[in-house]
Amino acid sequence: MQSRSRVTPWLFVAPAALLIAVLIIYPTFWTVRLSLYGGQGFNFTNFVGLQNFVRLLTDDPNFLDLSQFPPRGAVVNNVLWLVTYTPLVLAIGLIIAVLADRVRYESYIKSVIFLPMAISATAAGVIWLFVYSPSPAIGLLNAVLTALIPGFQPIAWTGSVDLINPAIIAAAIWINAGFVMVILSAALKGIPAEILEAARVDGANGLQIFARIQVPLLGPTISVVAVTMIIYVIKMFDLIYVMGGQNGGPLGAARVIAFTQYVETFNSGRAGYGSAVAVIMLIVVIPIMLLNLRRFRAEAGR
Amino acid sequence: MTAASAALSVRRVPLGSRIVRVIARTPIHLSLLFIGAVWLVPTIGLLVTSFRERDDIHSTGWWTAFVDRRFSLDTYIHVLTSRGTTDSLAQNFINSLIITIPSTLLPVLIASLAAYAFAWISFRGRDWLFLTLVALLIVPIQMTFVPVLQLFNVVHLTGNFVGIWIAHTAYGLPFAIYLLHSSFAGLPRSLIEAARMDGSGELRTFWRIVLPLSVPGIASLAIFQFLWVWNDLLVALIYLQSPNLQPMTVGVVNLLTTYGTEWDLLSAAAFLTMGIPLVVFFSLQRYFVSGLLAGAVKS
Repeated sequence: MQSRSRVTPWLFVAPAALLIAVLIIYPTFWTVRLSLYGGQGFNFTNFVGLQNFVRLLTDDPNFLDLSQFPPRGAVVNNVLWLVTYTPLVLAIGLIIAVLADRVRYESYIKSVIFLPMAISATAAGVIWLFVYSPSPAIGLLNAVLTALIPGFQPIAWTGSVDLINPAIIAAAIWINAGFVMVILSAALKGIPAEILEAARVDGANGLQIFARIQVPLLGPTISVVAVTMIIYVIKMFDLIYVMGGQNGGPLGAARVIAFTQYVETFNSGRAGYGSAVAVIMLIVVIPIMLLNLRRFRAEAGR
Repeated sequence: MTAASAALSVRRVPLGSRIVRVIARTPIHLSLLFIGAVWLVPTIGLLVTSFRERDDIHSTGWWTAFVDRRFSLDTYIHVLTSRGTTDSLAQNFINSLIITIPSTLLPVLIASLAAYAFAWISFRGRDWLFLTLVALLIVPIQMTFVPVLQLFNVVHLTGNFVGIWIAHTAYGLPFAIYLLHSSFAGLPRSLIEAARMDGSGELRTFWRIVLPLSVPGIASLAIFQFLWVWNDLLVALIYLQSPNLQPMTVGVVNLLTTYGTEWDLLSAAAFLTMGIPLVVFFSLQRYFVSGLLAGAVKS
């Protein structure tokens, strides 16, 4: 009886543990090893030490090239995503949550904003490529701008080295603002009505209540959502693959780290080099992992 | 503020300030109207396009369709039957179903078993194992592609659906166990203990008591996993190289690469991929949102 009960939990856990060990944990360590190899395809015979990392982080014009100024490449693009996409999607999601909270048709407007979350990045990418079409007879954005601005010349939004990143970032905001909105909206409902009522009695207007009461009280939730969005940015792949094509935009202008991992490993056939990119992704998420672990232990300890 | 208290406070204020209030709220309505349009119009544009005739699509904007009123199903017939160089999107659609259904059921079942042990059986190393799981939630799957492909090559899992079922199951497990653990752990302890007192074995307690009582949590997990797999592009690109096995997302990308911006094909193809997620979303929105709130920590 005693021995049976000691084995039972392991029988429940075994299928999951086996799959996770064989398909996630072991490969993760193996990829760290592969990142130290050069050469073509899946032949890992040419040990190069840290050379892949040195090249990636100093001398790869598609990843990070320190000899150029201003630097370009996947790392720079990911930083651009981080500093533009993250605050914008948080701000827009928050504003929609707060505005929707004050009207009767709240559930309808929330469904509309949330809808892009359900569809694939592939479909969303096609929807936005259509909006961005260079022909003002087809693309909505160029049509609207042509109608509003006299003498406006249609722009190839995703065909331009300078415009493709903002164009894809806007599409990503369209996809994820609904996620931010749903989470923050739920937290907003959790703020006790008495607090808001008291502020109103004291003569606070809508904007003051938003800035002085709602935003500070939402602080912890906003930071959780921000972390989720940062992870999304680090893993960003399919939207760029769809909207920028397999080259990652004109001259590879829209490439990001996860995109480079795919292209180097599977299109250029440099699996060791691509593995080094994957290891860089892992290193970037480790601080977030530690943060999550700390938060989890704090919650479990309560 | 609840609807009831809102109604009360409106009734209390005199007519004059009520008018002021309505005017003061106009900017809120206008902003929401604008935001709603920005979120809805791009999708509607492509939807309308998918029902137009080919020549119209390539010569005039979709917004003129409301005046012309010439609609057809040609685009859908075209992408679902033959496209010449590759298989039809109908095959991709079937592939998506074949990939998605086992890739949803397997992780839900396997994660339920593990989550039950983590939530209700105490064993040595449990906390340590669960922390590993929390850490794994955000390990980029990119770390696994090359070694898993090497493994699949050796055991002949690259040219069929079995490989991608296993891959999607493994990739989905950390989040699935995490989500179900919080759902299972929320059940009353007395219930589980009463079952054990009655001599119910662990498997029976799991199957007869914990699973039936956790249907909402399981439902939201199943919806997430279903949408995640159905909408996936990256994992399919990696593990399914053969065109006659590829799902809808890869089919749409292939259209884009082969034909460029052929909006008649692309619009219909995009809506075929969106159909099932939209049905799932509208019919099961409640579970979707509750799952989202429970798993906000996830990658």
